[in-house]
Amino acid sequence: MLDLLTTYLKPYWKQIALVLALVMVQSIANLYLPSMNADIINNGVAKGDIPYIMSTGGMMLGITFLLGIAAIVGVYWGSKTAMAFGRDVRGALFRTVQTFSQQEVNIFGAPSLITRNTNDVQQIQMVVLFSLNMIISAPIMAVGGIIMALREDVPLSGIIVVVIPFMAAVIGALVVKAMPLFKVMQTKIDRVNQVMREKLSGVRVIRAFVRTEYERERFEDANADLTKTALSVNRIMALMMPALMAIMNLSMVAVMWFGGLRIESGAMPIGNLTAFLAYIIQILFSVMMATIMFVMVPRAAVSADRIQAVLKTAPSVNDPETPAAPCVDKGFLEFEDVEFRYPGAEQPVLCGITFSAKPGEITAIIGSTGSGKSTLINLIPRLYDATGGTIRVDGVDIRDMDREDLWRKIGFVPQKAFLFSGTVASNLRYGDQEATDEMLWRALATAQGKTFVSEMSDGLASPISQGGTNVSGGQRQRLAIARALVKDPEVYVFDDSFSALDFKTDSMLRAALKREITHATTLIVAQRVSTIMHADRIVVLDGGRVVGIGTHEELMETCPTYREIVYSQLTEEEIA
Amino acid sequence: MSDPENRDQMKEPTGPKPGGRGPGGGGPFGGHGMGAPVVKAKNFAGSFKRLMGTLKPEMGRIVAVVVLAAISVSFSIAGPKILGNATNLLFSGVMGKQLPAGVPKAVIVTGMRAKGQDRLADMLSAMDVTPGVGVDFDAIGRILLLLAGVYLLSALFAWAQGYLMAGVSQRTVYKLRRDIDAKIARLPLSYFDGHARGDILSRVTNDIDNIANSLQQSLTQLITAVLTIIGVLGMMFFISPLLAAISLLVLPLAAVITMTIAKRSQKQFTAQWERTGDLNGHIEEMHTGHSIVKMFGRQKEAIDVFEDRNQKLYESSFKAQFISGIIMPSMNFLGNLNYVAIAVIGGVRVASGTLSLGDVQAFIQYSRQFTMPITQTASIANVFQSAVASAERVFELFDETEEEPETTTPLHIAEPKGAITLDHVSFRYDPETPLIDDLVLEVQPGQTVAIVGPTGAGKTTLVNLLMRFYEIDSGRILLDGIDIRDLTRDELRTTFGMVLQDTWLFAGTIRDNIAYGYDDATEEHIVAAADAAYVDHFVRTLTDGYDTLLDDEASNVSAGEKQLLTIARAFLADPQILILDEATSSVDTRTEVLIQKAMKKLMANRTSFVIAHRLSTIRDADTILVMDHGRIVEQGTHEELLAAKGFYADLYQSQFVEAYEEAV
Repeated sequence: MLDLLTTYLKPYWKQIALVLALVMVQSIANLYLPSMNADIINNGVAKGDIPYIMSTGGMMLGITFLLGIAAIVGVYWGSKTAMAFGRDVRGALFRTVQTFSQQEVNIFGAPSLITRNTNDVQQIQMVVLFSLNMIISAPIMAVGGIIMALREDVPLSGIIVVVIPFMAAVIGALVVKAMPLFKVMQTKIDRVNQVMREKLSGVRVIRAFVRTEYERERFEDANADLTKTALSVNRIMALMMPALMAIMNLSMVAVMWFGGLRIESGAMPIGNLTAFLAYIIQILFSVMMATIMFVMVPRAAVSADRIQAVLKTAPSVNDPETPAAPCVDKGFLEFEDVEFRYPGAEQPVLCGITFSAKPGEITAIIGSTGSGKSTLINLIPRLYDATGGTIRVDGVDIRDMDREDLWRKIGFVPQKAFLFSGTVASNLRYGDQEATDEMLWRALATAQGKTFVSEMSDGLASPISQGGTNVSGGQRQRLAIARALVKDPEVYVFDDSFSALDFKTDSMLRAALKREITHATTLIVAQRVSTIMHADRIVVLDGGRVVGIGTHEELMETCPTYREIVYSQLTEEEIA
Repeated sequence: MSDPENRDQMKEPTGPKPGGRGPGGGGPFGGHGMGAPVVKAKNFAGSFKRLMGTLKPEMGRIVAVVVLAAISVSFSIAGPKILGNATNLLFSGVMGKQLPAGVPKAVIVTGMRAKGQDRLADMLSAMDVTPGVGVDFDAIGRILLLLAGVYLLSALFAWAQGYLMAGVSQRTVYKLRRDIDAKIARLPLSYFDGHARGDILSRVTNDIDNIANSLQQSLTQLITAVLTIIGVLGMMFFISPLLAAISLLVLPLAAVITMTIAKRSQKQFTAQWERTGDLNGHIEEMHTGHSIVKMFGRQKEAIDVFEDRNQKLYESSFKAQFISGIIMPSMNFLGNLNYVAIAVIGGVRVASGTLSLGDVQAFIQYSRQFTMPITQTASIANVFQSAVASAERVFELFDETEEEPETTTPLHIAEPKGAITLDHVSFRYDPETPLIDDLVLEVQPGQTVAIVGPTGAGKTTLVNLLMRFYEIDSGRILLDGIDIRDLTRDELRTTFGMVLQDTWLFAGTIRDNIAYGYDDATEEHIVAAADAAYVDHFVRTLTDGYDTLLDDEASNVSAGEKQLLTIARAFLADPQILILDEATSSVDTRTEVLIQKAMKKLMANRTSFVIAHRLSTIRDADTILVMDHGRIVEQGTHEELLAAKGFYADLYQSQFVEAYEEAV
């Protein structure tokens, strides 16, 4: 945490120094007021010296103004610094994530990266803000208060020595008791939410199975459980303020009594008593503030650690220092003895993969789940780097290419079609911003998306919501395919991209692709045999190894794994 | 139940709402009023009244809370005045000690006037001083003991009040949650199909939490704050009307400043909120679509957009924090102004003998207590507004139309056989668009009905009607000759079993999930059902077997295995009629074979409605219903429909013949 703070607050050290100085001024001014008040009583009131009262009052007024201005300037720079800090950390995180390969993204998971980039930064930014605007003054006020109290009367200050630890102990005890309960409460809130979420998503099943009563009890349990914990937490916390107020008030009573004795013995003038009362309140208030810090810091430290973990992760895939000149050839793809294993894994996911895919041809990859199909094609755009062997595009090792150049050659359609918020057109133009409307329509026609897009209220200008949630899964896939077509790359990679389409659309789309893609290399990963049957070359994967390469007819003869897959999808009677 | 097209459309928007307070946020010291702008209620008065209505059962306790708060506040208000008395005693003791003993006070006062020390004389004459006598520590001791007692009692009552209030708010919220749950159970399916799940969920969770926090913190604070303002004002006027009047000047000033700042900061907070939303949305998109962004060469643009939005957020959040941050210093400033005024004017008054030193001291303390509750009330007002807005959203849910009531004279089918008759059934979701018109269908026990059609043809509609998730507009649906509306929904649904593509498993053990439809399932029943669904072996390969916990998204079990578990669930429920949805989603080929075998076994001797994708199922079906654009367009057996050369024949040609016959 400290690391993160020093790194990203460093550029603002001048502002922070200013804030500190201002806080110092405020503290001194705040502490000086009671002391002047004491002077008014001692020198003015007790002697009936009204001009003295007035002139001292005037000075107090001046200090009050000074105090107000210092406070506002302090808040200004405090807010500015804290928000700039948040901005910088957020920016650093975002840029770091942008350098990541899929491997690093997977280590954290996209949702976690999002939380770290948003909530965690927010969390720690608020701590910085709170510290600069309020907490920083606590130790200064406490120390200053003690000094001033000592100046007023040393023996009487003994009370402070007794009260502060007592107060800290009371707060500490309450916090120690309440904090674990707060954590428990959070898990119970999560539980209530989870049960409710399940009830909403499973409403049909629940009603179909006539489990409404059972579900009611399940929610009731979670609800009652949460209520019980929330009740204990709130009851403990209800003690906090009254206890602190009592301690503060009782210390004033003590000051009054012992102060009285000091005054009687002539060791202290009476005005000092009033000042002393003001100081002790200030000191105790600072102690309260400081304890808030103890509650906030551990939480923020967790966030800081999560942020640091991302910032300290180096990308595993990097551009070469001297990239090979982009070649002008057209998408010839070769795998030579390629191996891939996750860091530290015993077994490789892929091993000994050798095949090539030529322009104008369709190469299909099939295999059961876990056979490594998706991993294989993720190696092509260097989302991961192969751990062994070589992948070449147009004869150049892809690791020797600038990734931007490599990516320009590839049109990738991922398994989960991902659309960006914007319009249909902005999504289709994602790979080629210069594309004309005509080109978009043509791509849509090929992707079997022309009909539904033209039926949308605004056609190409129809809005797409974040993640593409306002179109159906099948439509999303077709838009993602069209997006790749608009880019007009040399190598198409379809990662099980037809799964959400019905058979009819699937077959029409494949026919259209075959018509349209004449010069580029096409790589298709699929589950359905019917999708890939007509490929020029089918690569059959099993357990991360190639167990057969050939056409459908050849493989039906030679490859048992392929036959098994085919038979599993067509029942025996259909084959007969 | 729904095919992928429909399901996706119903999906809730992803991601957290920008800047939304998470449940239970705030924490032990968490204050309100920071961060999210206040969402205003549409009908504040009405919703407020209703919210107060929910507190009715707690009325007795709330009265007690108010009484306790009143006592606590009165005690704490009495404090400074009593302390002031002690100061007075001390002061007069100090003064008295300086005067020659044995001389009457009057003599000393006259002496002073003679020397021209008029003011001192004035003060002295007003004081209860016995010349030569020092501080009366007995009296001071008694006062201080009293004071300690008063403060302790005040704290005790404050605690009791908070303790009671915790009960009041938690119980109220508990009941709200319970009622909302009951309400959800009574809502028709159409409600869930028509509303985003995220929206319903946030009403049950975030809104209710918001109400809970507001009730707990703000209500007590409000009571105390108002009582304190009244009490302090009273005491101030009692001590010195002049000083009180001066302090009162501060009041409107404080109110104006707080209001102006709050208003401005509200605007900035809204801007901050929106920009947070913009930025977080972008971050979410770019991180989720990480590889697409890179592969389409849009990284630079992604960073540019980010930098731009990040900078904008910085600007507005800085303004928001700065403006709202000014409130505290401004209040302090006013407080200090007041302090100085009282110190000076009070000092003069003491010196002239019209006021005692203790009173000035008490007054200073009062004025310190005065500004706090004012700032508090301002922020509480905000919190309350958002609580009422939340309550309104909850009440909206309460006001939704419920399912049609059950028949009051339900019939009972002792041994259901599974014959289904659709007798001239018509139905439409939307009155404008006819869907099912005058459908006649006769299904004998044990027969299979296949529902086919292209993606998004609305194949689930019929299922919705059979299960009475939706009510038909006209005609009758008969189960074993009895109108299903003459049965209770529960009885009707017990005769049905469902295996959906959307495999719904809840967080719990595999055992509980299989036993879901059946209360008294024994271990043998469960294992037998799992075995019948070919999932027993898989379960036993897991470390914890049937006790394996399925987590939130059930990611420890593959899609195919989930499907098998839901089939096992249907086996255990042993219904007469089945509703099956053949999956199109990617399932590992070996599991796929198991699923097919299990489904076939499950269908044996049961009336089945199958949303069919497999050719074999369709060919073997006794009746095929062909759907397109949500309507049933054709109906008949495979041969009949092929002969008719209509939509089905066309569909069949394009979907199956080409793919399969070439494949083999």
